[in-house]
Amino acid sequence: MTDTGAVLTLPTVATTRRPSVLRRLLRRPPAVIALAMVAAFVVIAVAAPYVAPHDPIKMNYLAVRKAPSDVYRLGTDEVGRDVLSRLVWGARASLLAGVVPVTIALVVSIPLGLLSGCTGGWLDGLIMRITDAMLAIPFLIVAIALAAFLGPSLTNAMIAIGIAALPTFLRLARGTAMAITTEEYIEAARSLGCSRVRLALRHVLPNIVPPLLIQSSLTAAAAIIAEASLSFLGLGQQPPAPSWGSMLNAAQRYLVQAPWIAIYPGLMIFGVVMSLNVLGDALRDALDPRGAP
Amino acid sequence: MPLVLYVLQRVVVLVPTLFFVSVLIFSLQKLLPGDAAIALAGEESDPGVVAGIRAKYHLDRPVVVQYGIWMGRVLRGDLGESLRNKIPVTELLASKLPVTVELAVGSMLVALLLGIPTGVLSAVRRGTTVDVAANAVALSGLSVPHFWLGIMLILLFAVRLGWLPASGYVPPWEDLGRNLTTLLMPSFVLGTGVAGVMMRHTRGAMLQVLGADYVRTARAKSVPERLVVLKHALRNALIPVITLGAIEFGRLLSGAVLTEQIFAIPGFGKMLVDGVFNRDYAVVQGVVLVSAALYVLLNLVADVLYFLANPRLRSA
Repeated sequence: MTDTGAVLTLPTVATTRRPSVLRRLLRRPPAVIALAMVAAFVVIAVAAPYVAPHDPIKMNYLAVRKAPSDVYRLGTDEVGRDVLSRLVWGARASLLAGVVPVTIALVVSIPLGLLSGCTGGWLDGLIMRITDAMLAIPFLIVAIALAAFLGPSLTNAMIAIGIAALPTFLRLARGTAMAITTEEYIEAARSLGCSRVRLALRHVLPNIVPPLLIQSSLTAAAAIIAEASLSFLGLGQQPPAPSWGSMLNAAQRYLVQAPWIAIYPGLMIFGVVMSLNVLGDALRDALDPRGAP
Repeated sequence: MPLVLYVLQRVVVLVPTLFFVSVLIFSLQKLLPGDAAIALAGEESDPGVVAGIRAKYHLDRPVVVQYGIWMGRVLRGDLGESLRNKIPVTELLASKLPVTVELAVGSMLVALLLGIPTGVLSAVRRGTTVDVAANAVALSGLSVPHFWLGIMLILLFAVRLGWLPASGYVPPWEDLGRNLTTLLMPSFVLGTGVAGVMMRHTRGAMLQVLGADYVRTARAKSVPERLVVLKHALRNALIPVITLGAIEFGRLLSGAVLTEQIFAIPGFGKMLVDGVFNRDYAVVQGVVLVSAALYVLLNLVADVLYFLANPRLRSA
């Protein structure tokens, strides 16, 4: 009886298709909320000129450090600039900080990781030793040192963060590529005369994308904090252009007189970073083939 | 495998890593835009000063020779001289590092006290509200910008309530009480991030161990649940967490940059930021080199701890 049952249920299991990643993601309420928050952040950053109620860099010495009111919803800063408008425009710096370093890391790590993982040998050894060395220097220290030597600017900060994030991506791409090259279907493709380039691009590349996607979400979160940290130290976005980190830097001096200048930028960073982290966790679960369908 | 052999093996593997670390740190100087001698001397310096710097740092020699000279000095413990106050960088590092180590120890205590009990509780109550709440708190700890958390704590505990000093540092041998009160907020700020990591790892390790056969056997023998969790499961679950602790301690030493800046603690991180703003490149290179060396060393410690704690590795 048990045997028959097993035979009867087998085709059902075999033909059941797993729902798409997006569907699996949308089944998780925290992931849906996180996705909505990230989407709102992107929309606000892109539509900043239409969303911001005031000019973010226009100073008004008649409204210095004004508490939140109907005119200035989140108050004004130390030189009378609207905090809400600066938050909205500051989202652009954070969005760029989340996207550009991850793109730099992906663009460099995918070809190098494929090359390293698929070919092995001395080149793999060399790439991995350099990666180990980069990983030995903590992320923020690399970013600060690079930003210091390259010169303070948002562009240099993003390049620095991208370079600092690179070794993690490279290791992941190489490790995944290496694991995939031992799979039977790769062996089969190879025995059918598939060239090494075609093997890497058609069969290995699509399979290293999911782990890199998860890493991208988590790194975007870390990069936003890193950009805010560099801007806070004066090594990122330069005044008067707004950034959440540089807003916090200025706010430090007016904690007693105008605490609202410090509260909102931090809440924004926290909200966006938390959403990206939740999304990263949910993506990991949704992409995990061992997970429930 | 004997411990000495294992350590030797690990040290040999570290040699190429440290070599590439040194190359990367040396290369930082090459990132300076334009002529490095002018950048080091300052834009307005006269040609004599620039020539002096070029000769002093051998900038007129081939890059490989420059690296060789620099590395030779580093191996002799000479990390150069601070351009600003003319003090050897090694001397500066020796005076700042103990402050950061004290802060890192305090932060690690906070992380262990918050992370491990929450991780155990979360694993034992898997799927309940307690588990969800603990995970949310851990994720918040990982997501909150620590410099902002520091500012908020200053606002609450120093400005509004007046319970703790807003900033500054008093050495423990001068006044232990004030030393502890000045380090309380910064330790909490730095510790919360690590606590999140600790909690997630403890939870994962506990869930794995709680599903193991020997735990099932212990339960079948009617061992009280409290003993099963705290004695049988936690002991084994803590092995990966201890090694993680060594790695995280390395991160804390270097992650204190912003926290030290906010709380005006004269440590390693503040030295780096001051070095950056004074364009004191020898100091920046020195801090990066020492933090990388410490990180590598603590990774080695983590490996050795894992080796000692795991009997299967010892018998391999």
